[in-house]
Amino acid sequence: MLFGRVKGTAVCTQKYPGTEGLKLLIVQPVDKHLQPLGGLQVAADVVQAGQGDLCVMVRSREAALALPDIKFVPVDLTLIGIVDELNVHPDGEFNYTLKKGLNQFT
Amino acid sequence: MVIGKVVGTIVTTISHAHYKHRRLLVVQPLSLEDGDTSGDFVALDNSQAGIGDTVLVLREGSGARQVLENKDACVISVIVGIVDSVSIT
Repeated sequence: MLFGRVKGTAVCTQKYPGTEGLKLLIVQPVDKHLQPLGGLQVAADVVQAGQGDLCVMVRSREAALALPDIKFVPVDLTLIGIVDELNVHPDGEFNYTLKKGLNQFT
Repeated sequence: MVIGKVVGTIVTTISHAHYKHRRLLVVQPLSLEDGDTSGDFVALDNSQAGIGDTVLVLREGSGARQVLENKDACVISVIVGIVDSVSIT
């Protein structure tokens, strides 16, 4: 599951059976600091997100499961939540490295 | 499964029904190299984890559906444990 920023909409007149009526959005995947990650992608939308919204997206088979009715459609990215508040601590605050030997966390 | 550090919390008022009543957290996977801060992802919390906790994250859909006891859950990453210690040899 990953973050994405809505950049626009996509309209298709010819669609695979089962995907009619799906809202398609152009999204830019972003990392935890909201920096762009790779290129633009197209995602199905079930939460009625709008232009500029920061969303949580789900990939692969689970993207098709997120759709309301037909569960077996060719969809591999779906928006499943609109982020209202995001609280991410800066990178220097935690140690992301596993040392050789025993790493005690508690 | 991966070991990661919880670095952030997410609040979503509008979300898919399968995500209600559970928290979404930002997880940064741990690595052996110094200073690698890439590869972060969002995970659903099933273990009452909090910011700064080192957690075990399941990153596979059918396992996640089993954990959430919902055969249609559209969830991939679930936090399934809080790590106390790791030994690297």
